[in-house]
Amino acid sequence: MSFINYASREINCKIVYYGPGLCGKTTNLQFIYNKTAQDAKGKMISLATETERTLFFDFLPLALGEIRGFKTRFHLYTVPGQVFYDASRKLILKGVDGVVFVVDSQEERLDANIESLENLKDNLEEQGYQLEKLPFVIQYNKRDLPNCTPVEELRKLLNPEGVPDLEACATSGEGIFETLKMVAKLVLIDLKKGG
Amino acid sequence: MLGPQSSLVMYDEEYKRIMVLIEKLIRESNSKVIFLVDKNGQLIAATGETEHLDTTSLASLTAGNIAATGGLAKLIGEKEFSILFHEGEKDNIHISIIGGRVILVVIFDERSSLGLVRLRVKKASKELETVFDDLATKSESHAEAPGADSPFAEITDDDIDNLFN
Repeated sequence: MSFINYASREINCKIVYYGPGLCGKTTNLQFIYNKTAQDAKGKMISLATETERTLFFDFLPLALGEIRGFKTRFHLYTVPGQVFYDASRKLILKGVDGVVFVVDSQEERLDANIESLENLKDNLEEQGYQLEKLPFVIQYNKRDLPNCTPVEELRKLLNPEGVPDLEACATSGEGIFETLKMVAKLVLIDLKKGG
Repeated sequence: MLGPQSSLVMYDEEYKRIMVLIEKLIRESNSKVIFLVDKNGQLIAATGETEHLDTTSLASLTAGNIAATGGLAKLIGEKEFSILFHEGEKDNIHISIIGGRVILVVIFDERSSLGLVRLRVKKASKELETVFDDLATKSESHAEAPGADSPFAEITDDDIDNLFN
């Protein structure tokens, strides 16, 4: 649910990074935070455990610039990926405008990806959303690792609908801004339609 | 009531009415900062000593806080906890829900008291609720003519691409 503020001429949108535990959601946000100019970003908040696992969410506010005299702001959130934090994951999806699903490309995480994607669909439905109707991008992360499942296979399993998808490596930053740009564009196109 | 997929829209007129109400509340409750946040974490309005505060982060964490306690409430069979209070050494935070959809946050110190804040918040909540009801009605009537006055109805692919250059 975007927030259009005519009084301050601002538009705010919420993007959620979803995916299985340790797939690189927080690393995506950290890379964006590190590479964004000071005046375009707010403070990044990470509610994490002592071992740096996300406990509740990470939050990064970004100001992208103006469209037709309206300041465009994106609020990026991650969910905790570990299976038992499901109650928290549901809360973070409230009011979402766009979703990035971060895939852990390693062979041994294939089942975890499938389970997390199913979980995303269930949790969205519980909030009254349908994934097919939301701006949605899939990011195949960790492409630099040697034990990766081929993208074609991942695509067949995780992206039968053929939504926009791309390869990435969150630690080096490859594909990270491309992912953000892709989802932001879909969200704005959705707004244009009066979504 | 706004549906899960409709946008929250704020217009000049309602924004001014809200500012008048929260400025009155900050005076009458003798508090330091007041802000309004929607349940998704978007800051709607703020007043008081906000210059050294990261209001964007505060808004997001407040919404997370309300969402988490709301989850707790449901687990024990409550609809929600409509008031939260955090006590600090110097500053305290009073959080309440208005009309089931907007969060009112009042930060105060020893110049005020919990009793006074609660009393004034209760009165102001009713008035604020009326404004948000009007806002919901107004957005609904605008939504019936989709895109009619939306600044985004005419954006082009170039406009979007330019954002990333």
